[in-house]
Parts: sequence; C-alpha cells; structure tokens
Amino acid sequence: MSSITARDAPRGFSAGEYMTCLSGIVWREGLRFLHQRERFVSALVRPLVWLFIFAAGFRQVLGISIIPPYETYILYEVFIAPGLMAMIQLFNGMQSSLSMVYDREMGNMRTLLVSPLPRGFLLFCKLLAGTAVSLLQVYAFLLIAWFWDITPPPIGYLTVLPALILSGLMLGSLGMLISSGIKQLESFAGVMNFVIFPMFFASSALYPLWRVQEGSPYLYYVCEANPFTHAVELIRFALYGQINWVSLAVVTGCTIVFMIGAILAYDPSRGLARRGPAGGE
Amino acid sequence: MTSPAPIAEPRETPRPDPAAAPALSIDGVSHAYGPRRALIDVSFNVQPASFTALLGLNGAGKSTLFSLITRLFGIQSGRVGIFGHDISKNPGEALRLLGVVFQPRTLDLDLSLTQNLLYHAALHGISRREAAARSAELLGRIGLSERAGSKVRDLSGGQMRRLEIARALLHRPRLLLLDEPTVGLDVKARADIISHVRQLVTEQGIGVLWATHLFDEIMAGDDLVVLHQGKVLAQGPMSRVISEAGALDVNTAFMRLTGAQVMPGGGA
Repeated sequence: MSSITARDAPRGFSAGEYMTCLSGIVWREGLRFLHQRERFVSALVRPLVWLFIFAAGFRQVLGISIIPPYETYILYEVFIAPGLMAMIQLFNGMQSSLSMVYDREMGNMRTLLVSPLPRGFLLFCKLLAGTAVSLLQVYAFLLIAWFWDITPPPIGYLTVLPALILSGLMLGSLGMLISSGIKQLESFAGVMNFVIFPMFFASSALYPLWRVQEGSPYLYYVCEANPFTHAVELIRFALYGQINWVSLAVVTGCTIVFMIGAILAYDPSRGLARRGPAGGE
Repeated sequence: MTSPAPIAEPRETPRPDPAAAPALSIDGVSHAYGPRRALIDVSFNVQPASFTALLGLNGAGKSTLFSLITRLFGIQSGRVGIFGHDISKNPGEALRLLGVVFQPRTLDLDLSLTQNLLYHAALHGISRREAAARSAELLGRIGLSERAGSKVRDLSGGQMRRLEIARALLHRPRLLLLDEPTVGLDVKARADIISHVRQLVTEQGIGVLWATHLFDEIMAGDDLVVLHQGKVLAQGPMSRVISEAGALDVNTAFMRLTGAQVMPGGGA
C-alpha cells in the first residue's frame, strides 16, 4: 500500500475497515467450526484419551515433586493438563495451516485473497481465527477436565486466555511456515511424524524437564530449545495466575519470527499447481 | 507476494486518467511454472461497459491469467492494470474495483446465503449494516430472497452460480471476471446467467471478462480474445476476428486460428 502516485490517488483503508475484515474472518471460522461437529469431537477426544487413560496409567510410575507453579503435591493428571491444552492447539494450528497452503481449502483462500486488504493482514486474521477456534476446544477440554478434578484457581481460567492466544498464534504460524517451506510435508501424516510427535514428546508436556535431565542431558537441551516447551510452560504458569517470563519471551519472539516467515513464504500457486493436470493450468 | 516495487517505468509518458483507463489492461504478461510456459507475452484490454470473451480450450492459460489478475500469483513479467491501478504496485485499489467468479465453486456450503454474502462484505471492509442491506437487495435481484437463510448446500448449481455473481457484485466493482461460469449447468441456468451478466454490462456499465470454451455464449457485439497455448492468437470485435480468420462464424474462425498454430511452420 505504499507506493502512491498522484495519478492513482488511492484512498487506502480505514481502521474500521480493517476491524470489519478481522471480525468477519473470525466470525466465519467460528461458524464453520460449529458446523463441523466431528472435528470438534475428535479435537476433544485426543487430549481426553491422554488424560483418562495415559495419565491414569502413568500416575503410579511418575512421581511429581513440588515445582513451580504448583504449591502442593499434585496428581499426574493435573501436571499434564497444560501440556494437553497446548497439544490441542498444536494439532489445530497444524491442521488449519496445512489446509491454507494445500488445496483442501483453496477455494476459500481464493475468496480470502481477492480481498483488497494487504495479504499479510489477511493471513494474520486467518491465523487469529484459527487460534480462536483452538480456544473453544481448549475451554471445552478444561470444562471436562474440571470434573476430573483438574481444578485450577478460578482466576486461572481468565489469566490463561492471553497465554493461549499467544501460543495459538505461534503454533498456527509455525504450521504455515512449515507447510509453505517444506515441500515434503504436504500431508497431515507427514506433519504428524516429523513435527507434531517430536515437538510434543521432546517437551515439558508429559514430564517435568528435571526428570528429562536426569535421563539424558542432551534431550534436556533439545527440550529447552523446543518452542513448544515454552508454550506449555507459559500456559502452565498462566493457568495458576503466574507469568513465566522466559517462556513469555521465547513464545513472543517465536510468534513474531514464525509469522513474518510464514507470510513471506506463503505462495498460493503451490496449492493450485499441485491439483494435477485438470486444474493445474 | 511482496514484490519490492522497482523504479517504475518513466512517468513522462502521458497516461490516461483512471476514469478513462481501460477496465482491465494486460500488457506483455508472461508466466511460467518452472520450465513450462503457461502464458507468453499476452496483451489485451477490456473496456468499461463491454463484454469481452476470452476464448480458449482447457489448458490455454485462462486460469493462470485469472490468478495473475486477482493477485493470487505474483506477476513474473509484464503488467496488469485495473482502471489504471497496477495490480503489483497498488493491489488494494485495483482489487477494490474487481469482482471475480472463479471456476471452482468457492462458497461455504454449510453457511447460509446471507452468511456467505456477509463474509465477503467483511473482507472488503463493508460495515455489517451496509452489508446486510446490500445482501438483501442482491438476493432479491437474483430471485433468491426467500432462500436467504437456507444453507448453500441445498441450492442447485445454477442458483449457486447466481449467488457467486451476486457476491462478486457486493462491493460494487466496475470490472467483473468470470472463469467458465456456466460449466456444468443446464440450458436454462446457463441462459439465465448469461443474460444477467449482459444486463450488468448494458445497465451498470460494468466491464466483463468472460472466459469460456463454449462458442454459443458469444454474441455479435462482443470483443473477443483468442488464447491458445498461452498466446493471444487474435483479438478485437467479434466480426473482425471472424473475417480476418477468413471464416463465417466463431467456431470456424477458432478452429482455423488454433489449427494454423498447430501446423508446423504455419504460424508467423
């Protein structure tokens, strides 16, 4: 929108127009989500399986000592809840970003991208809308988890919100950057194997990092460098009304870098060119 | 794509003011997918209040051209202007004046007609109240008012196309692109859509670029651009294109033009 010649005398876009556009994109994403019940159910079943089955089995194996932000001994279920919240966002971010780059949602991306507003802004709105959907999933999970005795302080439900927005944006833009930048990762199975699983397991989602350090110092460094670890810790602390400053800094920095990278790398011709001979002209 | 605007061509050349500029100007546009060249030095104009048919077989490069005009792809070489606004340098102002109906359906099937229209309006920064008024008006014009709240999934193919055209008009563009909009429709639905779009040209002065491979959609007064294997083989008023090809009708003219291209040494 920068180079303006006297001849064109464009009128640009007002802040109100930007806001209308943003709220329209989020509104549509929410509506679509409400119509896709199976997507909602599967997004909930995954973390609940971990919570009900995996955590129940591991409760006896893994003892958790008192580490911040927790002030008492806690059950293993309580420990992994923030990790599962981040996992919901990880899956959601990868899924929605992948569909933005590859053809599944190409028709909708076409509609989106003929909007006259700057492309970077449109992609940002789309990522924010994806994050909003992940918030619905996370809060639904928290509601069910409450009946499973995962009861953070009431204020935690509020203080965790900004943390979830930030981590959702980070994971969504990471997903977009990966799907734009790495050709081989065009299927969700590929992303599962090479991104989601390594990120999830090499993090503090399932076990405290001091435990990892005892087992393998190298893995500990990998976990420390994993942005997903910091998303989990940011959420964990925020859920108890606290701020983990290191994680906040890492997640903020990664969000900015991933988002700029994703917007620069986004190339709609990739999704279209892959549709085979018929539509590939 | 963010193309860093290079130093523009010399500005001394007097340019027509936007009001008098062609609705669409394609100027020396080429595009390649790797080694495969999809468009080769394509140039033509679409005038306001005119119906220009872009005639080409599947694979001629029509969809690539549409993707370039709508800024979906970055321009590799050449220039695309919409009422004088360069699509690479000033995409916002250019896209504001452009309405488009893509060949694949791009409606949200699970949302209602009105919701689809409101979403599109939001993408153009049109406020909710204004958008609701315009949606109701346009739905009335395409005869789907009473279906406003039903899901798009329940519409027929022809109704969906009409809705897509209404959506493309929501932000009051002055140039309308349609990429094979009648594919897969029955005779009645086709005729409805063609007459609706022609009405837009005569009554509202909208410039229309209509991509098709169906010759019977073209009428005597239309402008014609014949695109074949990425090249423009002929362009101009329909009668001139036909007579220059030494033919009596569009069909024969098209076969002669494209056939000549296929024969070795037949072209220039």
